[in-house]
Amino acid sequence: MTELTLVQAINRGLGEAMRADPDVLVLGEDVGINGGVFRATEGLFKEFGGDRVIDTPLSETGIVGAAIGMALYGLKPIAEIQFLDFIYPAFDQIVSELAKFRFRSGGQYPCHVVIRSPYGGGIKGGLYHSQSSEAYFAHTAGLKVVIPSTPADAKGLLTTAIHDPDPVLFLEPKRIYRAVTGEVPEGENRVPFGEARVARAGDDLTIFAYGAMMPPSLTAAETLAAEGKSVEVIDLRTLVPLDERAVVASVEKTGRAVIVHEAPRFCGFGAELAAILAEKAFFSLKSPVQRVTGYDTPFPYALENLYLPNAERIVHAARASLSAG
Amino acid sequence: MADAGTVGAPTETVPGEDLSTADLTKMYRAMALARVMDERCLTLQRQGRIGFYVPLQGQEAAQVACAWALDTEDWIFPAYRELAIALVRGVPIKLLFDQFIGNSGDVLKGRQMPNHYGYREFRFVTASSPVGTQISHAVGAAMAARWKGEAIVTASFFGDGTTSSNDFHAGLNFAGVFKAPTIFFCQNNQWAISLPRERQTRSETLAAKAVAYGIAGVVVDGTDVHGVYRAVKDARARAIAGEGPTLIEAQVYRLGPHSTSDDPRRYRTDAELAAWKAKDPLARLKHELLASGAWAEEDDTALWDGLKKEVATALAAAEETSPVDPMTLFDDVLAERPPNLEEQRTEFAAMLKDGVLRP
Repeated sequence: MTELTLVQAINRGLGEAMRADPDVLVLGEDVGINGGVFRATEGLFKEFGGDRVIDTPLSETGIVGAAIGMALYGLKPIAEIQFLDFIYPAFDQIVSELAKFRFRSGGQYPCHVVIRSPYGGGIKGGLYHSQSSEAYFAHTAGLKVVIPSTPADAKGLLTTAIHDPDPVLFLEPKRIYRAVTGEVPEGENRVPFGEARVARAGDDLTIFAYGAMMPPSLTAAETLAAEGKSVEVIDLRTLVPLDERAVVASVEKTGRAVIVHEAPRFCGFGAELAAILAEKAFFSLKSPVQRVTGYDTPFPYALENLYLPNAERIVHAARASLSAG
Repeated sequence: MADAGTVGAPTETVPGEDLSTADLTKMYRAMALARVMDERCLTLQRQGRIGFYVPLQGQEAAQVACAWALDTEDWIFPAYRELAIALVRGVPIKLLFDQFIGNSGDVLKGRQMPNHYGYREFRFVTASSPVGTQISHAVGAAMAARWKGEAIVTASFFGDGTTSSNDFHAGLNFAGVFKAPTIFFCQNNQWAISLPRERQTRSETLAAKAVAYGIAGVVVDGTDVHGVYRAVKDARARAIAGEGPTLIEAQVYRLGPHSTSDDPRRYRTDAELAAWKAKDPLARLKHELLASGAWAEEDDTALWDGLKKEVATALAAAEETSPVDPMTLFDDVLAERPPNLEEQRTEFAAMLKDGVLRP
């Protein structure tokens, strides 16, 4: 075990995967000699050279399109999109091509590209360096969507992603790239997709969160514990595939749910969770499902601390849930 | 000449060598087969026996000569109008009809509109409808082939309208920067649905765009099999030699509609069509073959009659093939079905069983 930050864990995961398999390569803007703007690919260019750590022209559609071609040919490309906010020029490549290749070809052309991208607010990034647009991708059949919240999961889920047969959008909570440290197992240690993590067990209420919303959710649970409330916190880890069984089972136990994400509420991923609970845990619910989310506005610059869910808002929602019904 | 459903492999050639009469005869056969299938499919669509069709008439010489100049190991990244390429690659006619119908014989399991086929066996990648997206796939695959040390090229196919797309720019730019061993084969058929070539770009030619990407650009008469063959052979040799990609603009004319949903009389003149019909690539090659003495009118009549029978036989077999199994809907979304999809599949199966849904 080694104590690493989340971004260091990703860097280790990339390096180990490249060392183990010559078909794994990295491409993106500034990923080579510069080591990535967040240093996630630091040292890889020096170790593996410019043919495997490819600095590309400034074109997201080109990055993803070229990665698709490499994957069709049998390589395992890991494309970096510098900020999730800049992924939209590649949206057609991701949604029309990457996600559909296996299906549209009758299974002839699987296309396992990993797209890594830092997402989310909290770094004074304003509208275009803060977005949390996982719902667009979770809505698209044929893509997997993975969001780690701990260094161990970051490395373990990334390793799984690199060896997964399907395309994976791997979203990295940049706000906690360095703010979170943790023990990370040495060597290849795959964390399976579709298995949520019970970050804290409890009986009175469940908080569902992922990525950068995990730390405030755990803080909120701590606050509520001091008030005598036993709160379960579930880290979804992978939105697609979703560990629906864990979601339903937790609420069957606690009867109350608070869903936390920083993306806007309307048609956000929380809407899917709430619908699942309405469909499959309706008779266990003791009070209405609460959602603590970003507002249905573009992401603000000066007001980002008021926009982003924090522990206080989560506690507020949890109290409302606990006092109702 | 060739086995049913195929057009015969190209005769061995090396760069610098001209096409033999034997090659030209086989190429003419491939072009004629594409024309016969095309006409048959337009009729099938009108009769409601297939849902849609994208014809290629006028582009047969460009496609056949291009495919002839490529190696069978090379990867094709087609758009949706590359029937003659598929035929030269050896895709059986029956398989193509299976795709147009969307039956259980369709390798794609009935999932795509007609013309969006793909066959891994023939290194012919499954097409999509958004234009230009395949260009950067071909670039990435070419980079991958080079990385693996395999001396092949990739070729992407697209039309004049696609040269306006973002993926055209991204793909050519990447290919230039990385000197990817790839060929960009643009069939400038003069019309992008209703928009003439001049409404896509002020550039004098489409091939001129290569200059800005630092790659080779060539304009060829796409009704001339010799010119196209030579251009593609040269481009392939350059790519294999590590000299980078080439943009080839084959100037052709779309003699038919964009698709069966289109009526070109709304936007172009009979005079223009007549002028291009006079340059029909099939007539041109037939004339050359007749002049060579290696081909006679009787051969021609026999060829077309034979192809019509071959196509009719394949079509009949495809129409007798059973419909696609509804349960395949839930396959190939991901390598394995996640729980939500498994649940939907179970619901679907129950509704089929109970008669709530009827195939």
